[in-house]
Amino acid sequence: MQTKIAVIDYGFGNIKSVVNALRYCNAQACVIDSPLEISDFYGAILPGVGAFGPAADFLKLKDFDKAIHNYVNSGKMLYGICLGFQLFFTKGYENGEYEGLNLIPGEVRKFEFEDKNLKIPHMGWNNIEIANTKYADNMFNLIDNKETFYFVHSYYGMPKNLPHASSFCDYGIKFCSSVAYKNVWGSQFHPEKSGEKGLKILANFINEVNK
Amino acid sequence: MLGIRVIPCLDVTAGRVVKGTNFVNLKDAGDPIEVAEHYNSDGADEIVFLDITATHEGRNTTIDLIRRTAEKVFIPLTVGGGIRTMEDIRNLLNAGADKVSLNSSAVKDPEIIRKAGYKFGIQCIVIAIDAKKVGENKWNVFVHGGRIDTGLDAVLWAKKVAKLGAGEILLTSMDKDGTKDGYDTELLRIISNSVQIPVIASGGAGKVEHFSQAYEYGASAVLAASLFHYKELTIKEVKEHLKFKNIPVRTTN
Repeated sequence: MQTKIAVIDYGFGNIKSVVNALRYCNAQACVIDSPLEISDFYGAILPGVGAFGPAADFLKLKDFDKAIHNYVNSGKMLYGICLGFQLFFTKGYENGEYEGLNLIPGEVRKFEFEDKNLKIPHMGWNNIEIANTKYADNMFNLIDNKETFYFVHSYYGMPKNLPHASSFCDYGIKFCSSVAYKNVWGSQFHPEKSGEKGLKILANFINEVNK
Repeated sequence: MLGIRVIPCLDVTAGRVVKGTNFVNLKDAGDPIEVAEHYNSDGADEIVFLDITATHEGRNTTIDLIRRTAEKVFIPLTVGGGIRTMEDIRNLLNAGADKVSLNSSAVKDPEIIRKAGYKFGIQCIVIAIDAKKVGENKWNVFVHGGRIDTGLDAVLWAKKVAKLGAGEILLTSMDKDGTKDGYDTELLRIISNSVQIPVIASGGAGKVEHFSQAYEYGASAVLAASLFHYKELTIKEVKEHLKFKNIPVRTTN
């Protein structure tokens, strides 16, 4: 039986790429655009390309925020990608100050560098350092420390509680490149765009959904 | 460390890959999806599709091509050519593109950069600048496949697009494109030093040394089309050279 994974379409997506990657991992990807549907699933992905403010506002407007909280509180697996990952945090500061989902206490801030050689956005393949937690072990099962993943972002999340982080990355500063805490996983990098290793993370997620 | 990206560019028209010299005398050579898969397995960090005749002939970009490629290739895909409206951008992102590259439409209406950056995130908005030398240390922006001189100064335009919210600049030297005698390093240096967003060097690559040279002159990524397309160099060979030069680069098995 194929595992059914919900891909939340809230109008800020690289929906298609995520669906393609899940299919490649032999999962059944179901795009949902209503918060009512999410409770039917045991695994869900919150993707996202775009700006924090409009996306956060839209989630609230459509009652997705409440649905996602109920979903997570029931212990089901959630994975946030890029903007979806950033929306997990308490607050974001892109084009103003906005409230996120607060699934991971912490803030999302802009990269600011004096050095013009440190280009913004942080765009391309960078290596990560995997954290030493049991959740990180599950997320990065069979993935080497220092493996490279594809990033593209100008803002970075930093959890208040370090054990929520599952990896770190270095770009001018050390930032949190992914979180894994209980049933909430997310990454700043794009697993669906990081070749074989990225697909392996999605396979690990699917595996966790099936546990 | 963040690696320099090596990007093969597939110039496409009517669903086929083409690459001309100085944008004329197009040669038909290959199925875009097959070529993209080949590049992916060869270690490409990203793939750019440019529908090079789109603006001139007023055609829309090949959404179906992107849709089919994105089903098989799990690295970033950028699409350019004939993108005019917010709806065009949304359709391409929904089809599986990660970034869109705007050229003529941004020159015509720079506000689209701001609007698209706000709506979709600046990281998916690439501004393609086709620059041609018109004087001592002076380059102008050309559009419509290099046919029309806009009169815009390339450096000032680069600064403007960065300010408006472009995520990246795809900088093509019209003088060097197709010559294989190296990227226009002076142009690259002056543009890269003028903006904080990444600059992709394009036009003129002919041997491995040109790629490391581009990095030294400020390129965050290096792009080539015919060189890879006609297998004069492989992406692997380019990356081996970059590694040898101690330039950070992603290596695959």
